[in-house]
Amino acid sequence: MSGKFVVGYDGSASSQRALEFAVDRSNAQGGTIVLAHVLEWSPYSFLTPNELEERHKRREEELHRAETAIMTTVVKDLKDKGVTVETVIKYGNIPDLLAKIAKDFGAIQIIIGRSGHSSLGARVFGSVAGALVQAAPVPCTIVP
Amino acid sequence: MHRKNFHAAIAAAGLLMVSAPAYAQSIDEKVNQMFASSTGWFVNLIFSNFPGTSFPWIVAWLVIGATVFTLYFGFVQFRSVGHAIALVKGDYSDPNDAGEVSHFQALATALSGTVGLGNIAGVAVAVSIGGPGATFWMILAGLMGMASKFTECTLGVKYRNEYPDGRVSGGPMYYLTKGFAERGLPGGKILAVMFSIFCILGALGGGNMFQANQAHQQISGIVGAYPGWITGVIFAGVVFAVIVGGLKSIARVTEKVVPFMGILYVGTALIIILMNAGQIGWAFGQIFDGAFTGLGVAGGMVGALIQGFKRAAFSNEAGVGSAAIAHSAVRTKEPITEGYVSLLEPFIDTVVICTMTALVIIITGQLVAGPDGNYLLNEAGTAIQTVGGTSGVGLTSAAFGSAISWFPFVLAIAVVLFAFSTMISWSYYGLKAWTYLFGEGETKELVFKVIFCIFVVIGAAANLGPVIDFSDAAIFAMAVVNIIGLYFLMPIVKRELNSYVSRLKSGEIKKFE
Repeated sequence: MSGKFVVGYDGSASSQRALEFAVDRSNAQGGTIVLAHVLEWSPYSFLTPNELEERHKRREEELHRAETAIMTTVVKDLKDKGVTVETVIKYGNIPDLLAKIAKDFGAIQIIIGRSGHSSLGARVFGSVAGALVQAAPVPCTIVP
Repeated sequence: MHRKNFHAAIAAAGLLMVSAPAYAQSIDEKVNQMFASSTGWFVNLIFSNFPGTSFPWIVAWLVIGATVFTLYFGFVQFRSVGHAIALVKGDYSDPNDAGEVSHFQALATALSGTVGLGNIAGVAVAVSIGGPGATFWMILAGLMGMASKFTECTLGVKYRNEYPDGRVSGGPMYYLTKGFAERGLPGGKILAVMFSIFCILGALGGGNMFQANQAHQQISGIVGAYPGWITGVIFAGVVFAVIVGGLKSIARVTEKVVPFMGILYVGTALIIILMNAGQIGWAFGQIFDGAFTGLGVAGGMVGALIQGFKRAAFSNEAGVGSAAIAHSAVRTKEPITEGYVSLLEPFIDTVVICTMTALVIIITGQLVAGPDGNYLLNEAGTAIQTVGGTSGVGLTSAAFGSAISWFPFVLAIAVVLFAFSTMISWSYYGLKAWTYLFGEGETKELVFKVIFCIFVVIGAAANLGPVIDFSDAAIFAMAVVNIIGLYFLMPIVKRELNSYVSRLKSGEIKKFE
């Protein structure tokens, strides 16, 4: 069965492992990869007037950095290996957006890495993996 | 560049501290004298009465402005609250714009500039001079002021500047210039220059000295009396670190703590009011009776009205133009949407928070009444006698403290944080006016920021009287220019409003799922 695999990717070692895992699966099944990078953002956070003025500029810079520093090289690597890959960069809540991206792309699976917070840390700050499995419309794989 | 300036300033502050303590008290006195004598004429001009009356023309100016906007836009502040809340929640925001400035963020930032000492100290001043009746006029002014805010913030977004490097900023100086030019009217540039001058004065006065002054009173009320310039130098150092040194962490912490403090303040006020639930009816009775009779207060009904309107305007800044600067960076295709959102600002600031303060002061019996039910005046005959002779923040603090003994400490922290966040906001408003006049550039901006920090020290060292007079005068002078501009530009807002409402009705503008 072919299909799209959404990979939550932020350039970290764990997201790298998730990507490798996803590439193996998609190669085995003849699927493709959707590389998703989400910049954590809440429209209900508080900013100073100066930050308001510079917000649009900063956003452009952040998107550019995500594109060049995180996505470009890995996309090139994948294409060289003959993997078909699409990319998405979005702002918002990471688990919610990964679920939404999976829905929008009609993906069959979401694959993310585990950041390895202690259970206390996860309790206090919440964990992406925990929230994602609650929200995801398709099966999820958490790669340790 | 930044770091070098920063070190130089720290060294200068250190020098001041080494050489000054012996003259501490006399420095305060000198600052006060110089300040009062050099600003007196300006204060007198702004607060002069209509000939033959005791009614300051500036108060009439604000009230007439707010009334005109209320009528012209068909009571928009009462009809559109639901839509304003939907906008703040993000119902109409394009999800693809995530990461840009949301309606909520623009509102929150504008609020953190207005919610502050006006709500705590200003209301206490209003109630102690104008009596409980001042509260009625304050609420009315808050409700009317919503329409002024709606007008100015719509224009702020419509005529903002979007710079090639991606920065977005606007404000009255830009809508006065561009809006007047668009309508083919002369004089926009002159108004914009005048506005900018007054905005700089307002930033140094109400946005700075008044805040520093009241913060010092709070701290010295708890740790004991000490010279004001010490608080001033410390505050100036922190403000300097943020606005010149670019220490974002301090600003960020403040921006997070301030809303929490605001909620804590309103929550505590509600608890105190509920603790005295039996007296709520009586308190409102005092407010309504006082509004029309003055209850024997100096100046009677007119005195109550003037105080109520003055302190409401000082607190929510409707018609002043400052909020238009804060609101203008929002991400929206429709300028009118930010107008709707800004409606909520005077409501939260004045109708909710200021009223809470007034109710707590009245309900806890801080104002001393004689046997005939009329309030007794203090020895000077300038204000109502209070239990313990407190005034300003001290009065609010005593009112809260009489119900919850430890709350004055929390209030002191809140006052200092509110003062600080208001200073940061106003340093930005002042800077925008400054760069409008003198152009942008690192050195020019640094000059203003240093002046701003110097005024923190002056404000903390001077007495409340001259500071509050100057602060009021400067902020109201902004409103004189801004409201003239709004009269000429309001047809543009009306056009935006009609077009938006019809597209909203036809379904062309929809909620995002």
